[in-house]
Amino acid sequence: MLTQAPEVPGVAAQRVPLVELRNIHVAFGGVRAVAGVTLDLFPGEVVGVVGGNGAGKTTLMRTLSGARPPDSGQILVNGRPVTIGNPRDAKTFGIETIYQTLALADNLDAPANVFLGRELQTAATLDDSAMESAARKVIGRLNPNFKNFKTPVLRLSGGQRQAVAIARAIHFNARALIMDEPTAALGPAETAQVHDLIRQLKSEGIGIFLVSHDIHDVFDLSERISVMYHGRLVGTVSKNDVTTDEVLGMIILGKPPTKLTRQELAELHG
Amino acid sequence: MGAPVPNEANAEGGSARSLLTAVRSALTPAASVLRSLEIDTRMLGMLAALIVIWVAFNVLSGGTFLSARNLWNLSVQSASIAIMATGMVLIIVSRNIDLSVGSMLGFLGYTMAMFQAVWVPQSLGLGLEQPYTWVVTVVIGIVLGAAIGGLQGFVVAYGGVPSFIVTLGGLLVWRGLLFRYQQGQTIAPLDRTFQMLGGGTVGTNVGALGEWPSWILGAVLCLGIVGTLIASRRRKRRYGFPVRPMWAELLVGAVTCGVVLGTVWVANSYPLPPAVAEQYAQEHGIPTPPGGLFIPTGVAFPVVIMLVVTLVVTFLATRRRFGRYVYAIGGNPDAAALAGINVRRTIMLTFALMGSLAAVSAAVQTARLNAAVTSLGVQNELDVISAAVIGGTSFAGGIGTVPGAILGAVVMQSLRSGMVLLLVDSPTQDIVVGIVLVAAVGLDAVFRRRVS
Repeated sequence: MLTQAPEVPGVAAQRVPLVELRNIHVAFGGVRAVAGVTLDLFPGEVVGVVGGNGAGKTTLMRTLSGARPPDSGQILVNGRPVTIGNPRDAKTFGIETIYQTLALADNLDAPANVFLGRELQTAATLDDSAMESAARKVIGRLNPNFKNFKTPVLRLSGGQRQAVAIARAIHFNARALIMDEPTAALGPAETAQVHDLIRQLKSEGIGIFLVSHDIHDVFDLSERISVMYHGRLVGTVSKNDVTTDEVLGMIILGKPPTKLTRQELAELHG
Repeated sequence: MGAPVPNEANAEGGSARSLLTAVRSALTPAASVLRSLEIDTRMLGMLAALIVIWVAFNVLSGGTFLSARNLWNLSVQSASIAIMATGMVLIIVSRNIDLSVGSMLGFLGYTMAMFQAVWVPQSLGLGLEQPYTWVVTVVIGIVLGAAIGGLQGFVVAYGGVPSFIVTLGGLLVWRGLLFRYQQGQTIAPLDRTFQMLGGGTVGTNVGALGEWPSWILGAVLCLGIVGTLIASRRRKRRYGFPVRPMWAELLVGAVTCGVVLGTVWVANSYPLPPAVAEQYAQEHGIPTPPGGLFIPTGVAFPVVIMLVVTLVVTFLATRRRFGRYVYAIGGNPDAAALAGINVRRTIMLTFALMGSLAAVSAAVQTARLNAAVTSLGVQNELDVISAAVIGGTSFAGGIGTVPGAILGAVVMQSLRSGMVLLLVDSPTQDIVVGIVLVAAVGLDAVFRRRVS
């Protein structure tokens, strides 16, 4: 029942994962936030990363985005071991992250945020016009109604801010995308938009780690689901092989479906 | 800072609110005009406040305040604070503070004075008045300033010590070190060419541009302004972005050029003192006309230096990655780090820049005094921080502009200068400036809450 590879037509022949995390450990002081987790991600695939609060999902993803390098373990990109010591490293490997907090500089406008850390320049100066022009294109693709390109993003709505954060991740030809709770702060219409976007990115061959609390989102969008429990990986399952109840069991009880008893499953429904 | 500052000072809480509402509703029709002009309403409010202050002092002083002589002096007095305020903006924008600028200024000024008055002529035995002395002195000062500012920045950024503490230490250390040079003796006189940097007059060496160079400077600045406006409009057109209506473009250009040329005109309306003018006329073979000599002083060198500093720091702040990163760090330090910005290095550089600007101000102040004294720059940190804050820089980080800080410095200095003209004693001046500082920031907070 535990799978190693996605069942996606077209990429089945391609056996090298886009990204592999092997035996990752992260500790904060004495607290083991991530303990020996191994995950992989193939092109054109969405892997849902789920778990309760404090399960270590975000911390695990931060090792891949360069925000908090792992204490031990190996990261491979296209089968080659790499060192990701900071966010810049991750970006050079085509790994982009949309953080739950969005990580926007609130006092800057949308184009400045899209290009933050990767500004376009003319010979000696920032090329603000070129950045605005590019930002208009990429944000317009996500949200055609977006008009406020000159106002600080502080004054934008939640959905608009989300669009800026997503635009920043997809503008630079990302190959792997980490989305941490991308719809947590959004209304139904905007959530649907993000879902459409994820499907579109998937069809373009981008691999996506989707971190979410919402089990239905994950079932809607993912091929495989990795469940974390108290810093450990409970298991990675193929969506078609499990029910939502079984995944809930993994999240809440920290046991793979094969070890779940009928009684435990029944108790989940209270 | 809004327009109604002076009124607001005597208003009480409740009436302040209703006044505010009245002002806002009165401004509503003007809002669309402002939008077309794309001008920062805060800057406009500050300009309005400055005009109110100027007119009020002019009336109270019986026309002395707006005389060419007083405005010329005001420009020189504002310059050394304004120079440092441009750097302080970036420090505060990045959520830090530099309390050491006054002491750094003293230490750097003293070092520069030692170099030109003791080390070169005595220790090296080269004698006074070497032609290169002034420029070598200034370069040494700026490099040393960048080094000690950078050292403080290093401790802040890489050592993780709060900037308040580091620069509070710096305030004590640099002031204390200054006394190690010559047990605190006054170092004088300084190089005659160097003295011109202060805007003073030494013999017939005038620390100002003179008539025609001033006009040329004004013309060059106007060409620069017009050129920038045209280039920006073209660029927007090319990318198909919305542009200002033509009338707004012309109005902005005309007003800014008008201010520049008006400043030059005022500086040129201030004549050299009669004794200097006479000697100058003799040396240059100018005959004395029957109405007496009138030789325009022109724009003072400290003002020219301030102008150059303003252009450089504004360029760094708005057109370079460095400035973009400073603002990003101020807006959200975590986001800046996650975007791959080297936060520590950027912070350290802001402090290094602040140190080199303190050196520039130190050159201006020592040159003007024609001496280095141990009290050089005492309490300047307060004036500099006040100028930045009155100019709209927010301690919450991420917000503040260099031109705003320049205006803030001029507002502060106008208050002081005006009160001096009205023979207000120094303690009372401090009380007024203190109240204005708090009132300006308080009003700004109220306006901001209303807007958002």
